[in-house]
Amino acid sequence: MSGFSTLLLKETLRFWKVGFQTIGAPVLTSLLYLLIFSHALKNRISVYPDSEIDYLTFLVPGLAMMSLLQNAFANTSSSLAQSKMMGNIVFILLTPISHHALFAAYITAACVRGLFVAAGVVVAAMFFVNVPIHNIFLILFFGTCGGVMLAALGLIAGIWAEKFDHIAAFQNFVILPMTFLSGVFYSVQSLPPMWQTVSHVNPFFYLIDGFRAGFFGRPDVPLELSIFVVSMVTVFLSLGCFSLIRSGYKLRG
Amino acid sequence: MPALEINRVSKSYGALKAVRNVSFSVPRGEFFGLLGPNGAGKTTLINSLAGLCRIDQGFIKVMGHDVKKNYQSARRALGVVPQELVFDPFFTVRETLTFQSGYFGIKSNDSWIDEILDGLDLSEKSNANMRSLSGGMKRRVLVAQALVHRPPVIILDEPTAGVDVDLRKNLWAFIQKLNDAGHTIVLTTHYLEEAESLCSRIGMLKNGELVCIESTDRLLQRDKECLVRVRVKTNPGKLMPALEEMLSETVCVDLGEYLIKVPNASEIEGILRRIRELHLEIDAVETETEDLEDVFLSIMKAAPERSE
Repeated sequence: MSGFSTLLLKETLRFWKVGFQTIGAPVLTSLLYLLIFSHALKNRISVYPDSEIDYLTFLVPGLAMMSLLQNAFANTSSSLAQSKMMGNIVFILLTPISHHALFAAYITAACVRGLFVAAGVVVAAMFFVNVPIHNIFLILFFGTCGGVMLAALGLIAGIWAEKFDHIAAFQNFVILPMTFLSGVFYSVQSLPPMWQTVSHVNPFFYLIDGFRAGFFGRPDVPLELSIFVVSMVTVFLSLGCFSLIRSGYKLRG
Repeated sequence: MPALEINRVSKSYGALKAVRNVSFSVPRGEFFGLLGPNGAGKTTLINSLAGLCRIDQGFIKVMGHDVKKNYQSARRALGVVPQELVFDPFFTVRETLTFQSGYFGIKSNDSWIDEILDGLDLSEKSNANMRSLSGGMKRRVLVAQALVHRPPVIILDEPTAGVDVDLRKNLWAFIQKLNDAGHTIVLTTHYLEEAESLCSRIGMLKNGELVCIESTDRLLQRDKECLVRVRVKTNPGKLMPALEEMLSETVCVDLGEYLIKVPNASEIEGILRRIRELHLEIDAVETETEDLEDVFLSIMKAAPERSE
């Protein structure tokens, strides 16, 4: 096994061994969102007035993407921060694993977890609603980009954090608001013009819109724009994260 | 080519100069001791060797590989046992060692892992989770982790801190075996008797500076004075004037018991001869020589203090 595949396996096993907490719990939480929102809002909100897609069905891709983003972030940030704070990061830093391999292994494992959770949410939701799949490639593209983006953000947070409080702050004051204000629970077309403009500054909006278009084929903004923005942000965050790893910032004294 | 080459290495943390222009090399197969009081710069120097921190100046080579420019080859040649008792709580002992092998690109390492586990008396715990191990066992796993890729150079940063006597002895027997097999060992420890019995050469750091580097034998010969405690049975009063005549630094400890300071051990025979000439019956003779701890303390005392 190469350094990359070993680290990938280790990082994957790390969340797999506590699967109830890392996969089962987020899937259950998303189903609870689905249950509560469907009960409270099903007959009050019409997302696509000219279509048969009801609010409950509309929610599923958004919830799946939200879970994917949060879990990809949680995987890298908690793994790295925990390793740093417990000191066992030395077992990786002492080895000849290249910066590329280290970056790729952490990101891939986080994507795997995020995609597992998202798939779990969609599959579980299918027991209650009929979720159409318009274009699987769009789903995979936006799902993977979302995973890479948030995994990279998680690594950046993990490198920067000096205590778990820092990770929680990043998660609660950056990731959560950006996720909730990106159109998970609504179509931005239903928002007043000013809030629509604000939403368009949030890269998570393009992720969710593109991901949802993979299910329903009805994006709020042109798909090309979403693909461009998501690709650019993914590349930008990945390069930033890779540079931090290569520089040894807060990893090597 | 030496196993380790440290050339004009300096490292600062802000205003604190942790390592100052340190240079020395360690030949292959040597058991080298790196000593110094807390905060002397030992761990910083080891971290610099291992690539855990980046030096400001100079260069370090492990088996000829620069730790900065050729870091992958340098790290393959190095096994480090860290000072802190760190572990990954998600995995068992065997998983930990298998992952560590994989990080070095080793595919199938089970037979060597079994050998290490056996050598460190960990076989029975191979499938136990790391969390369930005692402190001493965790320490042994750290040693095992440093050895999985069979590095020619092994660095042990205070490996016996907090370890009981039995385990310490077993650990040293195992490390000695590795040294006998040709591995270069670099040890830092606060147990100076360990360094004295194991290391063939010793370097001492103080305030980040290398203040002494010498073979252990030479260090122990340095400023060597010997204390002889003599107890005589009959007519003890006769001895004191005779000894004072011969050696000025003689103290009468008790009736018939004298403590005599001699410049070196070869002078002892002369003293015993003089006692016999006085027809005194010797009841007991004890000698006390300086050990590494005395030498260490005197070197540290003599080395200049640095305020910054």
